[in-house]
Amino acid sequence: MKRPPIHGIMAEFDTPTDLVVAINKARAEGYRAMDAYTPFPVEEVAEALHAHDRRVALIVLIGGILGGLAGYALQYYTSVIDLPLNIGGKPVHSWPAFIPVTFETTVLGAALSAVFGMLALNGLPMPYHPAFNVPRFALASRDQFFLCIEATDPLFERGSTRRFLEQLHPMSVSEVEH
Amino acid sequence: MSESVLETPGSPGSGHPIIGPGHTFASVTDKISAVVLTGRTPVGWFVGFGIGFLFLNLLLVSVGWLFIRGIGIWGINIPVGWGFDIINFVWWIGIGHAGTLISAILLLLRQEWRTSINRFAEAMTLFAVACAGMYPLLHVGRPWLAYWLLPYPNTMAMWPNFRSPLLWDVFAVSTYATVSLLFWFVGLVPDLATLRDRSRNRVGKVVYGLLSLGWRGSATHWARYETAYLLLAGLSTPLVVSVHSVVSFDFAVSVIPGWHATIFPPYFVAGAIFAGFAMVIILAVPLRAFYGLEDFVTMRHLDNMGRVMLATGLVVTYGYLVEAFMAWYSGNIYEQFMMMNRFAGPYWWAYWALILCNGLVPQLLWFHRVRHSIPLLFLVSIVVSIGMWLERYVIIVVSLHRDFLPSSWGMYSGTFWDWATFLGTLGLFTSLLFLFIRFLPMISIFEMRTLVPEAEIEHAELGEKHP
Repeated sequence: MKRPPIHGIMAEFDTPTDLVVAINKARAEGYRAMDAYTPFPVEEVAEALHAHDRRVALIVLIGGILGGLAGYALQYYTSVIDLPLNIGGKPVHSWPAFIPVTFETTVLGAALSAVFGMLALNGLPMPYHPAFNVPRFALASRDQFFLCIEATDPLFERGSTRRFLEQLHPMSVSEVEH
Repeated sequence: MSESVLETPGSPGSGHPIIGPGHTFASVTDKISAVVLTGRTPVGWFVGFGIGFLFLNLLLVSVGWLFIRGIGIWGINIPVGWGFDIINFVWWIGIGHAGTLISAILLLLRQEWRTSINRFAEAMTLFAVACAGMYPLLHVGRPWLAYWLLPYPNTMAMWPNFRSPLLWDVFAVSTYATVSLLFWFVGLVPDLATLRDRSRNRVGKVVYGLLSLGWRGSATHWARYETAYLLLAGLSTPLVVSVHSVVSFDFAVSVIPGWHATIFPPYFVAGAIFAGFAMVIILAVPLRAFYGLEDFVTMRHLDNMGRVMLATGLVVTYGYLVEAFMAWYSGNIYEQFMMMNRFAGPYWWAYWALILCNGLVPQLLWFHRVRHSIPLLFLVSIVVSIGMWLERYVIIVVSLHRDFLPSSWGMYSGTFWDWATFLGTLGLFTSLLFLFIRFLPMISIFEMRTLVPEAEIEHAELGEKHP
């Protein structure tokens, strides 16, 4: 697909409520390729954008299971196969003694996959993004709420999309350069 | 509209808001980030950091001398082979646990009052774990070989013994340090983005820009972020319980009278939270006064922390009673002797000071007037910190110094270098804490924004505008 001339058009709102209203209207209008930027997580915004992603939880589950298996396998290999020692007359495969370490590696695996899975799905770290070209966007990390309709949307058209966003009573509307 | 945001009805301490009135997204952001972004570092900061740094150097000297002369410079010997090193290890790691409790367990319980104290409580966890982790490594005698604790293929063709609680400790503490660091960093990312956007000098923009990973507050990112953050909280909760349980196994799995007790895991976990909340109060009281953060760390927070201390203090006191009861009820002469030795042996003063500090003084927290008097609350917290240190002293030293055979009895006391190392870790902790409050936001800015009344979505308005 040919690269559109701009990344999209961004509207700025003062409150999370205004942003949710705007997203709902944009979706009713038929826009789908859009993203919202908020200074803190707003559940209603994610819902309006249908942004829920179950993959994070799945990655954590898999990471935890792999961590636990790896931890147990490590103990089994070292204590049963490679260096079987008689410690206090306990059986070589004294599994209850292996549980604490298995638990810890399960948590470690799950926690590492939660953080790195979340970052990978979010495409972070990403130092550059077109949104940063909008001067007022610095306020997205302070007190303003932004909605960006992206140029990849089939309905996107520079003039009409801009007019659509303007009639939502935003604080400002700006084009987002690449 | 916003009443439910400010205070959950019926929750402890309701009546006092968790954020001062009149705050907006912008004012919260500006007020907290100003502490970091100011061009003028307050003189008080230099004084505090300077004192911490002085003691940090004492640590370096003590550790340097330890490397040269070996652990003979400490007071430990047979029969008391664990002394200040293990006392301080357990003391520090216990302090760390309150940070995880505040950031994880209270998050899952939807206790919104945690928001303004979780960030520095998490930092406290990290720094306390750093201090704690140092002790077992120094205690091994040849610290430069401490990596032998890890299972790695080696030319000796040996593996560590996974049936030993001491090895469980290696995994528990290193996992705890890693997960605490991840949790803290993930929580910081959106705030680092705020600092990046608000920083006016080039270095700040670049450094905070790199650390913030390019966070831009996208709603799709927030959705995944929240899932990951909640899952991390869910993982940290059993982790913190497991870590101090494993620490208690170091004692409970052995056969020493005074250590071999099933009450140890719960009693240690409660003690850890008890000591940790005391430390949070010790840190929060001067910080809020010095940086004028009374709107964010309100009386409600101090009151709630006082209540948690009271509750965990009662659990710990119950632990002391059960220890005494079980010693009598077991009919075992060694257990009974151990208890009589605690009551009236050469270290009687340590035991009774511990009962005074951890059992009696915290009962003051029943009174509303004590919980609402900052000097008294501060004083009780200091007493509790001392008491929890004494608890480990009693458990470790008093149990070891007279075990089964009178011919192997002995006495123990910390040497100059024991005290110097302990004061040195206090210096390390203080230095790190001062660096943290200077360069990172000590209160989670983005979570504070969610407490501002405007953050509440007005559903009535949604309905009107979008039927």
